[in-house]
Amino acid sequence: MLANYGYKDGSGEYFITIDTDKCTSCPHHGCIDGCPEHIYEMITDDYDDNVSAVRRDVRNTLKYLCAACKPTTGRGVLPCMAACTPGAITHSW
Amino acid sequence: MAEFWRWKEYNWKDPDKDWKSAKLITSGIDVGSVSSQAVIVADGELYAYASMRTGSNSPDSARNALEWALRDTGMKQENIQYVVGTGYGRVNVPFANKAITEIACHARGANFMAGNSVRTILDMGGQDCKAIHCDEKGKVTNFLMNDKCAAGTGRGMEVIADLLGVPVEQVGELSFNVPEEPEPVSSTCVVFAKSEAMGLLKDGWTKSKVLAAYCLAMAKRVSELLERIGVEKEFFITGGIAKNAGVVKRLEQVIGVSAIQSKYDSQLAGALGAALFGQALLQKEKAAGKVA
Amino acid sequence: MITAGIDVGAKTIKVVLLDGDKILAKAQVLAGFETEQSVEEAYKEALGKAGIERSAVVKVGATGAGRKAVAFAQTVVTEVSADARGAVFLHPSARTVIDVGAEEGRGIKTNAAGKVVDFAVNEKCAAGAGAFTESMARALEVTLAQFGEISLKSDKTIPMNAQCTVFAESEVVSLIHSNISKEDIARAVHDAIASRISAMVRRVGLEQDVVLMGGVAYNIGFLESIKRTMGIENVVVLEDPEYVGALGAAVVAGADGN
Repeated sequence: MLANYGYKDGSGEYFITIDTDKCTSCPHHGCIDGCPEHIYEMITDDYDDNVSAVRRDVRNTLKYLCAACKPTTGRGVLPCMAACTPGAITHSW
Repeated sequence: MAEFWRWKEYNWKDPDKDWKSAKLITSGIDVGSVSSQAVIVADGELYAYASMRTGSNSPDSARNALEWALRDTGMKQENIQYVVGTGYGRVNVPFANKAITEIACHARGANFMAGNSVRTILDMGGQDCKAIHCDEKGKVTNFLMNDKCAAGTGRGMEVIADLLGVPVEQVGELSFNVPEEPEPVSSTCVVFAKSEAMGLLKDGWTKSKVLAAYCLAMAKRVSELLERIGVEKEFFITGGIAKNAGVVKRLEQVIGVSAIQSKYDSQLAGALGAALFGQALLQKEKAAGKVA
Repeated sequence: MITAGIDVGAKTIKVVLLDGDKILAKAQVLAGFETEQSVEEAYKEALGKAGIERSAVVKVGATGAGRKAVAFAQTVVTEVSADARGAVFLHPSARTVIDVGAEEGRGIKTNAAGKVVDFAVNEKCAAGAGAFTESMARALEVTLAQFGEISLKSDKTIPMNAQCTVFAESEVVSLIHSNISKEDIARAVHDAIASRISAMVRRVGLEQDVVLMGGVAYNIGFLESIKRTMGIENVVVLEDPEYVGALGAAVVAGADGN
């Protein structure tokens, strides 16, 4: 399942996608501690899979929380994506 | 002061069904940010439901919706063997056996309402917009939900209906009362769109023309959200705005896909899906010998 | 050499007349629905205040969302360029410029020459600009000036859940019904918009001196909240903050072709 967390408003679209089929295979879920803003958490989803998800209380401020990792110049590899060994995480912006 | 955003609240029960002979009776309660629905399913069939405006207290809204669904049925809450809560306020359905997300429930409900050929569901609710892909069993394969922004939601439509003094239920019909389709309003943001609409009225635009421009803008905006996960047939629309032909027809034109119809009320998808989940969980428990 | 800068904003049109490094006059008019007319009105008002004829102005620079409406401008500048030039003109050590107007919020990194190094914009969403504070002040039934003032009286940090102006209005109403004081609500609102603006500034990187411009700079509640969110005490509010864009356009018009 592709879980897209985030939002769209007048200024743009900001979604983080977690591929739960890839995520379930991961033994360590490095994204949880890898994100400096701690936006990820482990959940048991509706189909009883233990997967990473973007915390409900931060989904509508992703543009602002991810800002430090996404400077206008000199943007490197995002820490969450680097920590995700199965490659389950993608960002839309 | 007239409240133009108010839509009818309603309840219904199957006049021919005798629930007492049913083996599995479950209920789904969908407490949304704007409206709450309670659905009762008996042996896999829709038996009764109610839809009302969500109050300031979620547990009360859940109780009231269920009570209204049960009214005149002779059924009492204790006859319901399993309750699933869903929606924005799902954790606040105190008598629920389980809480399941509105995403999973909408997919399951849509699968029932429109058949197992449904693959793409668009739910335009009171304060959110969901795009969901599901398989033939109604299991979610891809989803997104936008509840940050009022544009593309029922609230966004209510703001303009209120500005124009048009009851929200008449918006769709009125929006077609134009000699030709105008350009969409340029602002995505409801706050700026409202100012833009005021300017258009000053320029001599009729209410219908402003509504047409606004419905088109909403349709375009929602189509962009849908395009993020793609539209695979069959396509089905749920939620309050499904009843707004002004947005639905324009959306179908923009994406080039027609939505399939269902005889069921579009606002019930979440609660109905929840009740069906409840039935499946109840059957599992019975099979495991947990329940008589 | 006398130059003019015209900033055609979403809500107001600002004009600045500049003679070298001396500001001759400033004028401001509500944008209204007839932009060209309003531009003329503002321009004439500024000329009147400066006591000069139209022909005395050698070059005209236009900026702002509606800059194309200034048919008689020789130079057209983007808002971020105008902001940077104007900020450095007024405050030579300005390196981070925060411009919050009615409909747009911008974070700009500038160099000593007033050239834009980097920028980030919050646009097309009322929650990222002055329209947000305006709506909330209306919901609390206070003026904008009062709104800023009363927020200073609170010492609580109540986070707002809603990130949308429309949803935030309902949240404010329910906060009022929960007997939260107007002061605490006002502070929560100012903190909310300040945190969005400062996150945007973080993308361009914070470098001192940090200066504030645009209409929202008048809001003392916003100033306090943004200092707190960025953790910087020294945030300079530029003089006549809503005119800095127009001033920058006048500066660029004078420099063009020299």
